[in-house]
Amino acid sequence: MASALRRLGSAAARRGLSTACEDTKKSLFQLPQAGGKSSNLCSAINQALHIALESDPRSYLFGEDVSFGGVFRCTTGLADRYGKSRVFNTPLCEQGIVGFGIGLAAMGNRAIAEIQFADYIFPAFDQIVNEASKFRYRSGNQFNCGGLTIRAPYGAVGHGGHYHSQSPEAFFCHVPGIKVVIPRSPRQAKGLLLSCIRDPNPVVFFEPKAIEEVPEEDYMLPLSEAEVIREGSDITVVGWGAQLSIMEQACAGAEKEGISCELIDLKTLIPWDKETVEASVRKTGRLLISHEAPVTGGFGAEISASIVERCFLRLEAPVARICGLDTPFPLVFEPFYMPTKNKILDAIKATVNY
Amino acid sequence: MASWFRRSSGSVKTVARQLLSSRLGSGGALNQSFAIARSSPHPLPLSSRSSLVIWGMSRVAELGTIQRFESTEEEKHLEPPEEEDSDLDYHEEMDFPGGKVRFTSEMEFISGNSETRVPCFRVLDQYGRLLNNVDFEQVSEEAAVKIYANMVTLQMMDVILYEAQRQGRISFYLTSMGEEAINIASAAALSDDDVVLPQYREHGVLLWRGFTMQEFANQLMGNRFDYGKGRQMPIHYGSNKHNYVTISSPIATQLPQAVGIAYSLKMDKKNACAVTYIGDGGTSEGDFHAGLNFAAVTESPVLFICRNNGWAISTHISEQFRSDGVVVKGRAYGIPSIRVDGNDALAVYTAVKRAREIAIEKHTPILIEAMTYRVGHHSTSDDSTKYRPINEIEYWKTARNPVSKFRNWVESNGWWSDEAEAELRTRVRKQLLQAIQNAEKTEKPPLRELFADVYDVPPANLQDQEAELREAIKRHLEDYPSDVPV
Repeated sequence: MASALRRLGSAAARRGLSTACEDTKKSLFQLPQAGGKSSNLCSAINQALHIALESDPRSYLFGEDVSFGGVFRCTTGLADRYGKSRVFNTPLCEQGIVGFGIGLAAMGNRAIAEIQFADYIFPAFDQIVNEASKFRYRSGNQFNCGGLTIRAPYGAVGHGGHYHSQSPEAFFCHVPGIKVVIPRSPRQAKGLLLSCIRDPNPVVFFEPKAIEEVPEEDYMLPLSEAEVIREGSDITVVGWGAQLSIMEQACAGAEKEGISCELIDLKTLIPWDKETVEASVRKTGRLLISHEAPVTGGFGAEISASIVERCFLRLEAPVARICGLDTPFPLVFEPFYMPTKNKILDAIKATVNY
Repeated sequence: MASWFRRSSGSVKTVARQLLSSRLGSGGALNQSFAIARSSPHPLPLSSRSSLVIWGMSRVAELGTIQRFESTEEEKHLEPPEEEDSDLDYHEEMDFPGGKVRFTSEMEFISGNSETRVPCFRVLDQYGRLLNNVDFEQVSEEAAVKIYANMVTLQMMDVILYEAQRQGRISFYLTSMGEEAINIASAAALSDDDVVLPQYREHGVLLWRGFTMQEFANQLMGNRFDYGKGRQMPIHYGSNKHNYVTISSPIATQLPQAVGIAYSLKMDKKNACAVTYIGDGGTSEGDFHAGLNFAAVTESPVLFICRNNGWAISTHISEQFRSDGVVVKGRAYGIPSIRVDGNDALAVYTAVKRAREIAIEKHTPILIEAMTYRVGHHSTSDDSTKYRPINEIEYWKTARNPVSKFRNWVESNGWWSDEAEAELRTRVRKQLLQAIQNAEKTEKPPLRELFADVYDVPPANLQDQEAELREAIKRHLEDYPSDVPV
């Protein structure tokens, strides 16, 4: 009997997420004030990964080509520092990468899986949708793969064409059980990624392929909290990731024409912070959403429907969506496909003048 | 098969040479065609006075004469040796990225299948008699009786629960009939610390580990004692305390997951391995390839146990693959493999026990193909007499029955009797019927279990939805089942 109980205990302990990070988790759920070094997005990611691997000895990083530093150099130095048994290349097989990661996470490890481009995440879709997202629920919480974080660079790069430019977030936003997080900048990326890695739920983290000062310390930014990054009173403008810098330019342009825009970075797409967006639309009475992904069935539709439900009588104009076209992501035609600053600015004006 | 494939190397060389020289319009320049085995140990011939020809392009391109510089180390290898070696070495070895490879001038395709199939390891003959001079893992009387009793229990569970579904008492069931030896003997060979990732026809493994009749019945009824909290269909068992990972319906998804688990066990230096099961059909899924390849490359201690029972629902293995079953696929991944008689409990026990030791000690995966037959229908939603002959099913159910085969061996040692059999069967039947009755009477899990565990804590959208749903229930109680407490 005693040995059976001991076995139960050790089995149960194995299942829980390793708690080596509990101390750091308490420290910072906000952005450190002091400057930091100038970094691009990849070096910010790199810093976050260093901290994650340092702070939890039972964390692993793996994917195609991560060992030498990765095709975007996000993983430089990690294999050298933490060893090839914790940071390693996998065979070229996304369903294997995610399946393997689920198994690692099921044993209480932090499994950070890299998918080389978001465009290549689809072979892993079954493992993400049918397995990772349901792992805790279907087992009655006897098992979980909360330690799993899947990272993938996403979005337009100017010359990526069909298979190096996609924004597939909408597919994943339809899956209860996972979180979808998209940072807008290097500083945000580091804090959000650390939160994702330490969050006890499987997360898909899309990284815009973009320079900014990044604080050197370990810090985390809260998930499922949208951020008002520019205050305004005439229209609420919502987006995520790389598109925010385009939207910021549009907001600046609108200001010159006397329109005051409130710009919100959603950051976490599921579960998303409806309260912040709703509060803003109650203030402004107008909403515009912009994303690179095709407009039909894009996540903008979910935001629009939810806000119309909540704010119908307050709205002064229809909700506008300025998004990618319903085509595969084109090469030569990319400038036409993209939701540009001027398309957004025109829509801001049309909405305000409705 | 085109006969020109079979020509000797000599004549192929002649053809190539003629092709090249006619293109260049000159003789001699490329009499050392580099398509065929070289005389010298160096690759790529280059003569200072000849044109450079690039092999493999659709057009032979003439690039003009080559400027000669002072030879570097690397360039030395571009030159053939001064004197022609009269002994052409057609079988030299050379480095490629994966290591040394020996060349051949025989232009021959390796056949898709060997002339003889991989033999099948067994310990007992078809009547349950121990064969002579067999190397196998001994089992004590106590262990043998436990294995046998569990096989009988499993068989009875399957019969009674299948019937319960037919009577409408449970919504769905699938049996492991014909595969009792694989289930129980493989489980008996493992340690309780080994983590099991089943497909869905391995409830015998869970039975061996101590899951009770009541616990099985609770899951089948989806009542409030079901560890899965009523969320999944019947037979989707899972038990943390028994190291038995919850079953999911998609096929083969557990295989790469098993590798991650095994890797973790290795890194944590546990004396344990991951053990994952798959059917013959499941080996066609991409996750089979992913799982085996990852296991080999990561050097993870995982046992892949394939129950080759001949059928994937109505698809016979002749429509599933054209290889010699599944065992040969291990070699494609560099994984040690074995084929065993899945209906011979001692053979299964021996193979799994030894595979486990090797896997843990040597940090390697192992593939075990257990040959058997799916006696039952695929599930209660299937009638297999529609696609296979009844006498085939009957043959395997009787003449090739793993339970009666093992009983013969156990009895031959004086360890079992008709009385013991009768007592066991009576006890199991009573226990099981009682468990089913208890499970039926137990209420379902409460409504909050619909919303819990989607995430570690319910997010705002789920809290809102639960509140809305509770309002809807108040307004239309009649729409909702009365055995789920709200």
